[in-house]
Amino acid sequence: MAESTAARPKAKPKGLDPARAEQYRQWLRQMLLIRRFEEKAGEAYSLGKIGGFCHLYIGQEAVAVGSLGALDPDDYITCSYREHGHALARGISARAVMAELFGKATGCSGGKGGSMHLFDASLGFLGGHAIVGAHIPIATGMAFAIKYRNTSQVAVCYFGEAAVNNGAFHEALNMAALWKLPVIYLCENNRYGMGTALERASALYDISERACSYDMANEVVDGQEVLTMNAAMERAVQRARTEKLPTLLEVRTYRFMGHSMSDPIHGHYRTREEVEDQRKRDPIAVWSQRLIADGLMDEAAVRSMDKDVMEEVEDAYQYADESPEPELDQLYTDVYAEEERKE
Amino acid sequence: MPTLTYRDALNQALREEMQRDDTVFLMGEEVGVYQGAYKVSRGLLDEFGPMRVVDTPITELGFAGVGVGAAMVGLRPVIEFMTWNFALLAVDQLVNSAAKMRYMSNGQVGVPAVFRGPGGAALQLAAQHSQAFESWYAHIPGLKVVTPATPADAKGLLKSAIRDDNPVVFIEGEMLYNTKGEVPDGEHVVPLGRADIKREGADVTLVCHSKTVSVALKAAEQLASNGVNPEVVDLRTIRPLDVDAILNSVAKTHRCVVVEEGWPFAGIGAQVVDHIQREAFDELDAPVLRVTGADVPMPYNKQLERAAKADPEKIVAAVNQVLYRE
Repeated sequence: MAESTAARPKAKPKGLDPARAEQYRQWLRQMLLIRRFEEKAGEAYSLGKIGGFCHLYIGQEAVAVGSLGALDPDDYITCSYREHGHALARGISARAVMAELFGKATGCSGGKGGSMHLFDASLGFLGGHAIVGAHIPIATGMAFAIKYRNTSQVAVCYFGEAAVNNGAFHEALNMAALWKLPVIYLCENNRYGMGTALERASALYDISERACSYDMANEVVDGQEVLTMNAAMERAVQRARTEKLPTLLEVRTYRFMGHSMSDPIHGHYRTREEVEDQRKRDPIAVWSQRLIADGLMDEAAVRSMDKDVMEEVEDAYQYADESPEPELDQLYTDVYAEEERKE
Repeated sequence: MPTLTYRDALNQALREEMQRDDTVFLMGEEVGVYQGAYKVSRGLLDEFGPMRVVDTPITELGFAGVGVGAAMVGLRPVIEFMTWNFALLAVDQLVNSAAKMRYMSNGQVGVPAVFRGPGGAALQLAAQHSQAFESWYAHIPGLKVVTPATPADAKGLLKSAIRDDNPVVFIEGEMLYNTKGEVPDGEHVVPLGRADIKREGADVTLVCHSKTVSVALKAAEQLASNGVNPEVVDLRTIRPLDVDAILNSVAKTHRCVVVEEGWPFAGIGAQVVDHIQREAFDELDAPVLRVTGADVPMPYNKQLERAAKADPEKIVAAVNQVLYRE
């Protein structure tokens, strides 16, 4: 059994494929966009522009970017409540996500969902879900629908490592394996369920081994390395599309910020030294250095990309700030497919 | 018109809707090979195959969630709970997922699923198997709640529920499966949200639903032999509630007793009484009374169980009280 589930770098990587250079640069841009977006969201939260709970994705960017990069436009995606990064990586505009965080009518959920409930059905982005583990059976149902209609789509479910001790996880994985459903369970193991370390919550540290209970393919993935993430996801997607079989990916990553905006960066449950140590494997630094080392970008290009991204985020912020609030009559819309008699 | 049992009427509705729409499928424990714990799904596996009549492990939370997910991407699942008592394990999926999806996605993603199975007390099944949960689900905006009392309504309401674009909680009466009645062939659709006058009367309104409809009708016969002519209003759908039907009847009779199987606290009757006192206060000649299940977990012992249930005698006593009769 592993002594810790920290993300570990693998052997020295091979050279990057120059034919994929544009894609590789796009991954960096997406990761930078998520990072700068989340920093801005944190700032907006402190200013009271964003209410409620706000869970930032800083440190985990390579997971969403690498894995979503392996999907097709008609695949189905469900996420937990830490899903700003997935929404952006899937292609929901920074404007629509930021406006949703601001609770504005122009947000991707019309201001009625908020940070934890981002939706864009046109992109197959079927929700941030805010009850831990509850969306795991839901994603399984989407995979059931794929099998039912006999298409080659894939359903992907993102959740944290704390969800694996939840009954919904086991019930769903059992059915997915039993019925051979094209679903990928992507567990983002950032090592803490709020303030409880995995080792204090789970009898088994290696989450991937949970799949053995269901005779399910599984893999441990370094989530700080976007190409590694992408390659593992490609294997899982291939398995789902061609063999119609589920996969559990345990992706080892780390959250550089607190659980939510109301939680300090390290608090009582982890040390400052640990956070600083993990920051040495910042997925954006890891990837940009790799691109530079392989000659696919230079430092100036990275800086320029970052500047471009910051402008996009600034624009999103302005857009969200200036967007209208939902009309008050929206209070009663979309409770039912047709509107019910009102009190 | 053919006479069918309540169970066969439900079976007919399922079969017809599955023939009509190939996105409709049935999923739950023992629905396939076993032919249904209460035989509601008899013959459906043979006709539609295992992709559309799906036996599940005993995993209510899990397969309710599968139903929600399948509905979110365009199928029309009918999720059978062996009983609504077991559905408590799945309540998170109904309340937090099914009921909320349309709203929190700003109308982008609906959940056109039916969750159905038997509710209420049967005979001596004791505390964990004898519960009526309709008021729980009726509390939740985003859900519809349907409680048919007769075979014809069972068929017509289930067809409507399956065609409805909202999540529908469909609670069948466990004691009603063997009851018989005339059921129209083919396209018999009863709209959700409409109550039905099961007995016309003039002296007092009995508001009831599901199994208590037959209890109220028995009470009405006893009362009629004593010169009292009750009107029996079967709510059929709890949410949306047909308030107009209740108020119209009360405007006619000026007296009302609300009957339900469930517990009194925050029960369906509490909601009905609230509407009557707000919207028909001037029509009333007496306070509205309620007859409910006793406010206790259901005991196993036969006599204690009988004492815990709403029965015709309790209804007659309540009616006498609102009529100020001895």
